[in-house]
Order: sequence, then C-alpha cells, then structure tokens
Amino acid sequence: MKCELAGTTVHAYFDGELDAIRSAEFEVHADNCAECQAQLKALGIIRKQIKENDLFERASLQLAKRVHTQISQDGNESPDRFLRPQKVVLISSLAVVAATVISFAILFFIFQSHSQSSRVTVALLDAHVRSLQSGHLTDILSTDQHTVKPWFDGKLDFIPPVTDFSQQGFPLIGGRLDVIDGHNAAALAYGRRKHIINLFVWLQRAHDESLSSSGSQQGYNWLRWQSNHMEFCLVSDTSDEDLRTLKDFIRQQSH
Amino acid sequence: MLEPQDRIRFEQLVLPHLNSAANLARWLLRNRADSEDVVQESMLRAYRFFHRFYGGDARAWLLQIVRNTCYTWLEKNRPAELMTEFNEEVHHLSSANPETLVSQSADRERLKRALESLPIRAREVLVLRELEGYSYKEIAEIAAIPIGTVMSTLARARGRLQQILTAGAAKEAS
Repeated sequence: MKCELAGTTVHAYFDGELDAIRSAEFEVHADNCAECQAQLKALGIIRKQIKENDLFERASLQLAKRVHTQISQDGNESPDRFLRPQKVVLISSLAVVAATVISFAILFFIFQSHSQSSRVTVALLDAHVRSLQSGHLTDILSTDQHTVKPWFDGKLDFIPPVTDFSQQGFPLIGGRLDVIDGHNAAALAYGRRKHIINLFVWLQRAHDESLSSSGSQQGYNWLRWQSNHMEFCLVSDTSDEDLRTLKDFIRQQSH
Repeated sequence: MLEPQDRIRFEQLVLPHLNSAANLARWLLRNRADSEDVVQESMLRAYRFFHRFYGGDARAWLLQIVRNTCYTWLEKNRPAELMTEFNEEVHHLSSANPETLVSQSADRERLKRALESLPIRAREVLVLRELEGYSYKEIAEIAAIPIGTVMSTLARARGRLQQILTAGAAKEAS
C-alpha cells in the first residue's frame, strides 16, 4: 500500500505551503491515512533534530575579517587576488605583512564599531515602523506621566524619564516595552501634530561609545544621544527640527 | 567604488547576512577553506553589483549570488559533484518507522554526514528550507528552479535523509 500524497502533498502541508482549502482537504485525508500520519511524524522529528543540533555554519572570525577588509579597501582589487591569501603573504616581505596586519586590525576595529551603531539604527527604525502597525504602539495607553512611569517599574532594570510635553506641543500617548539590538528598552510614544514620535530609552553598555548622532533613512528621521548612562533615540517621520526641540525638552527635564 | 551612502546601505543591508552566506557555501562545498574563498568572492560580487539591488530581501539577493558563485566554482574545480543526482531507487520515500528515528540519538556529526551525502541540489533546497526558513517560492527564486521542483526535491531529500538516519540507527541497534 503506497499513499500517493505521502510522498508529495504531505511535505507542502508540513511546510505550510498549502492554501486553506487544500490544507483542510489534506487533513481529512490524513485522518484516515496511517502512512501520511507516520510521514508527518517523521518530518517533525527530522526538523527537530536539525534544529537541536544547530547545523547552521556561521562565518569564522577570520572570514569576517577578510570580507570586512576587502570592502574597506573599496573592493578595488580583483577577486582572484583575494583567493588563498596565503599565496599573497608568501611573496610579501615581512614588513608588508606587519603593515597589513596592523591596518587590518585598525580597519576591522573601525568597521566593527561602525557596523554596530548602524545595526542599532536599523533596529530602531524597524521598531518604530513596527510600533505604527495597529495595536503595537502602546502597552500602557495613558497621557498621564504618573501612570506611565510607574508602569515601567519592575519591568526594566533602569527608570526611563517619562514626562508629558502636551504644553509644548508633544503630548504623551503611552509607553511600551521593546527590544533594541538584544536589550530591553522603554519606548514612549509622543504625538506631534499628526505624526507619531517614538522615544527609545535603554541602558548604555560600558563599551558603548558616547556618540550623538542623527540621520534620516527611508523617510524617517532619528536623533540619538546619551545621558545619565542611558541611550536615547527619537524616531519619527516628522521633521528633524521637531526631534531636536523634543530632545531639548527631554534633556531639560532629566537634569 | 560605491558612493558613501551606498556603502553604508551595503553594510546595513547585506553584510549582516554574512553568516547565511557562509552557511550556504559551507553546505554546498562541504569544505571550510574553499567555502570561505567563495564567500569572499561572493561578497565582493555583491558589493560590485549592489547598484543592481532594487530592494526586497537582501539576504535572498545575497544567497542567490553565493549560490551561483558556488556552482561556478564547482564547475571549475569539482565538476563531478554537479553530476550527482538521485538514484531511481531512492525516489520513493522509505516507509520508515518514525519510532526508529526517535530512538536514535541523532548526534550532530551523524546528521551532518547524512546531509552532506545528499546530492548538491537536494542539500541546497534542504538548507534553504530548514536552516534559512525560506518558502518554496523564495527557494525557487534563489535556486532558479520551478516551485514544483522545489517540492519534489525537498521530498526526495527528506526521504533520503530519513533513510540514512534510520539505517544508521538500525546498524547501531544490531
């Protein structure tokens, strides 16, 4: 006895590739088909084993360095020269090798810190966009700073400054928890005319460089600064000027 | 070569997927040194052709380049590997008893060897599906094959994997 579906459709079903109707049809079939049931079970086991054994092969540090160096050098060299760098090294003089190693290290260091801050920026922009999807903006919906601030108590290992700036034209809408680059962050939503501004606050890590920065990407402006061992970042589609105004209010409040 | 803002975009959009690139190349070439060379070359190509990236999934775009670079490399260095296809007899799934699969301790080494023993196209589809989590449609785009082929290849790959793992378990039990 060979069930035809057990060799084909069962995979599409298992991978969530069937539409609702075909999926329901298959379930009706599978209820009475021992072969399909066994197959589904086996597929689940294999997937679980692949997951648990972590077969994903990450890039080695050495490879990451090679790639970063290459990009830093603006990719001007032909790729063949970079294949098997041992060969290049062999014909290089000792001085060249030493110089290369030092510049590799410097470039790698610069690149690392740069890519880290840009990664955080991307994470912040993503978090902002996500918050605008319906129902994601606030966990605690309140315009009262005395309601929002205690709500964070116990949820984070720091106390974010929470102030309502309605008088100044930036009404507090509410707060929520978010995760930025692997760290718990407080997110406060402010209104500005018809725009939403997200303020992200998270704990500064010891090795973070104190960089104030701002920029704009995909139509969103962001403004980042540090204060009291906390990282602050405003993200919005409103003007850069609005962000700077709000930043000044926030800084005045927390000093 | 790239404008500074393009270079920043490249660093933000493409470079974070270096691990995925390394993973795919490693499974396609089954050798660390070779795969690292190919990844490096792929990253350079991606960098050079970044102006042709018009948005969308940057990881998929990069993996497509990695995949093509791997195949080109194999054609040049190990053409025999591109010939391996499934034997007819393993087209059918073994009606393996799932209990046998459960009972065996699938250690990483054995699983890795089993996956490596699959024909390259099966390995490719399986890695994109199970380790990268891509849908059939996305796999079809990366690997430049029809969606139907994605499904049939995946079915055969899994059947084969199941067979190897079950056989291994049976051997151990006896």
